[in-house]
Amino acid sequence: MPKYQGLPASPGIAIGQILPYRTPKVTFTEQRVEEPHAEWQRLQQALRKADTQLMALEERARKIAGEEEAAIFEAHRLFLVDEELLARLRTLVLEEHLNAKAAVHHTFEQYAEALLGLEEAYFQARAQDLRDVAQRVMKCLDGIGEETDFEAIAEAVIVVAEELTPSDTIRFDREKIIGIVTVRGGPTSHSAILARAMGVPAVVSAPFDLNDMRGGTLAILNGNNGVFNVGPTLHELEVARKEKEEWEARRRAELRQAEQPAITREGAYRAEVVANIGSVEDAEQALQFGAEGVGLFRTEFLYLERNTMPSLAEQVRAYRRVFEVMGARPVVVRTLDIGGDKEVSYLGMEKEANPFLGWRAIRMIRERPDVLENQFSALLLAAGQVTAEGIPCDLRIMLPMVSSVAEVERAREIYEEAWAALQAEGKPLPERVQFGIMVEVPSAALLADHFAPLVDFFSIGTNDLTQYTLAVDRTNERVSVLASPYHPAVLRLIEMTLRAAHAQGKWVGLCGELAGDPLAVPLLVGLHLDEFSMAPSSIPTIKGLIRQWTLAACEEVAQQCLQFSLAAEVIEYLKGQAPH
Amino acid sequence: MISTIITIDHPAGLHARPAAQFVKTAARFPCKISVRKLNSEKPPANAKSPLSVLTLGVNQGDTVEIIAEGEEAQAALEALVELVKSNFGETTVPQA
Repeated sequence: MPKYQGLPASPGIAIGQILPYRTPKVTFTEQRVEEPHAEWQRLQQALRKADTQLMALEERARKIAGEEEAAIFEAHRLFLVDEELLARLRTLVLEEHLNAKAAVHHTFEQYAEALLGLEEAYFQARAQDLRDVAQRVMKCLDGIGEETDFEAIAEAVIVVAEELTPSDTIRFDREKIIGIVTVRGGPTSHSAILARAMGVPAVVSAPFDLNDMRGGTLAILNGNNGVFNVGPTLHELEVARKEKEEWEARRRAELRQAEQPAITREGAYRAEVVANIGSVEDAEQALQFGAEGVGLFRTEFLYLERNTMPSLAEQVRAYRRVFEVMGARPVVVRTLDIGGDKEVSYLGMEKEANPFLGWRAIRMIRERPDVLENQFSALLLAAGQVTAEGIPCDLRIMLPMVSSVAEVERAREIYEEAWAALQAEGKPLPERVQFGIMVEVPSAALLADHFAPLVDFFSIGTNDLTQYTLAVDRTNERVSVLASPYHPAVLRLIEMTLRAAHAQGKWVGLCGELAGDPLAVPLLVGLHLDEFSMAPSSIPTIKGLIRQWTLAACEEVAQQCLQFSLAAEVIEYLKGQAPH
Repeated sequence: MISTIITIDHPAGLHARPAAQFVKTAARFPCKISVRKLNSEKPPANAKSPLSVLTLGVNQGDTVEIIAEGEEAQAALEALVELVKSNFGETTVPQA
């Protein structure tokens, strides 16, 4: 029976029937019609029908998902009444006697192509919207309703799809969905985000063929390890049921204790367990999972899918909302970390042969100091305003991808200038702001003793540190298997960073995947890691595990791990360790 | 036929919400209104069509010519200029 290894995108285990969700592309042939007036009437009817469908989706979105998702469908409806678009359709059908489906395809595609020619991500997304609407109208012309009627699902199902778009997911009866698995998409795709919001397990990038999936087949979806098992054996089912029960019991217990601090069993060591976030919604979710703060606030969202720099006011608003939610808890904000793998024309990004070794993150500082200064100002303004209103705020600024001491010195100058300028304007400023760097380039780890006097803290980004230490492009599937943060070379760099920082009284966090990996807990506690930063939903598990270990036992585990020569040996060894 | 030239200062340029506001305002008038992006090869777009305005690709800092012809042409131009000058009814702090 086939098993597919995908990427875990939302934790938990689901056992149930699968429901393949197919969105067949409508095909058409180009023809001349005998009765263009009748054809035009038919087309107008289809447009009305599509509008009715979209109106229903818009209302449903407003009810169950909020204004932002509703606006997507509102925009789709606007396309249907665009007078230029209607005029083109009319010409094609009434004057050129083209069949309605071909007219719809040609007209929408013409606009989509024009938008794609504009290159910025915003227009690419609108082009996709247009194609979605075109498909909808063509289906209405064919008399095809919505393909998979989610309203009519009788039983709980695991939804199996190529990929899910907002117009797919909004129609789901969320009560009936116990899991989501998709062929495409990453952990940040719409499907993954939706699954986490719904609290159901999900696996993405699972290499199955949707055509092989029969509705009603029993399957096991494991969102913890990314395995999707279709048609399991009785034995596998039994094991999965037990795992599911155990996982759920453990999860309930962890959630009950999520608020408790992560102190080792004998009380000798306390780790701070905080969240990686990218929005104010994540911040709210993080608190529910017992986050003691934010260890990584990614700010890229402010800069993507637009054509100009975000205004100062816009940035201040976004930061304030997160500060207001977190209050006295620390918030580590990472300054802009964008490179040539993203298209951001207004920053001067260009396609590069090696974007991960290229002009990105802090390296923009020479050509574009204004971007960093602007971000520093916005952060200080936001923290100052919140403080002035009597809300405590513990802002910590962190620079990404630092590889040279000169970068930190230059950034500190810009920071001091931003501070002085705001002070001269009489703006309220925060009382104290910590300043730190990410350790994700081996040179920063190797020279940690030289960096330490310049900063208040380090945060180790193990995903990039692994990639750069082992020379492995983690987006290249043929070599990504080599990219293990458990590689002893990576572990030694982590240990080196911690030792150098602690010798100078500076604290160290870790915000890569490793921090949220249960296997790494004794290793990282044993190295005296001060702060663990991870996806909010992992927090209860990691806190619970730290509470089961003693510091002495962890230290022993850590020392042993540093002796190995292979990542596999480290992993094998850690798997054999039980908390004590 | 009358026309006026104006620069778009809104950070979003002439798409997203500003484009919707622009089209909505244009649609209030009976006259024919078109908008042309200066320094571009693109033909003038129908100001009452969101898709046409969108595909012009007008960004912050671009200059456009708004052309009106027919009934209430003067009033239409004034209303559109007012909309652009008021930053599309938004009060955003200018960039530092």
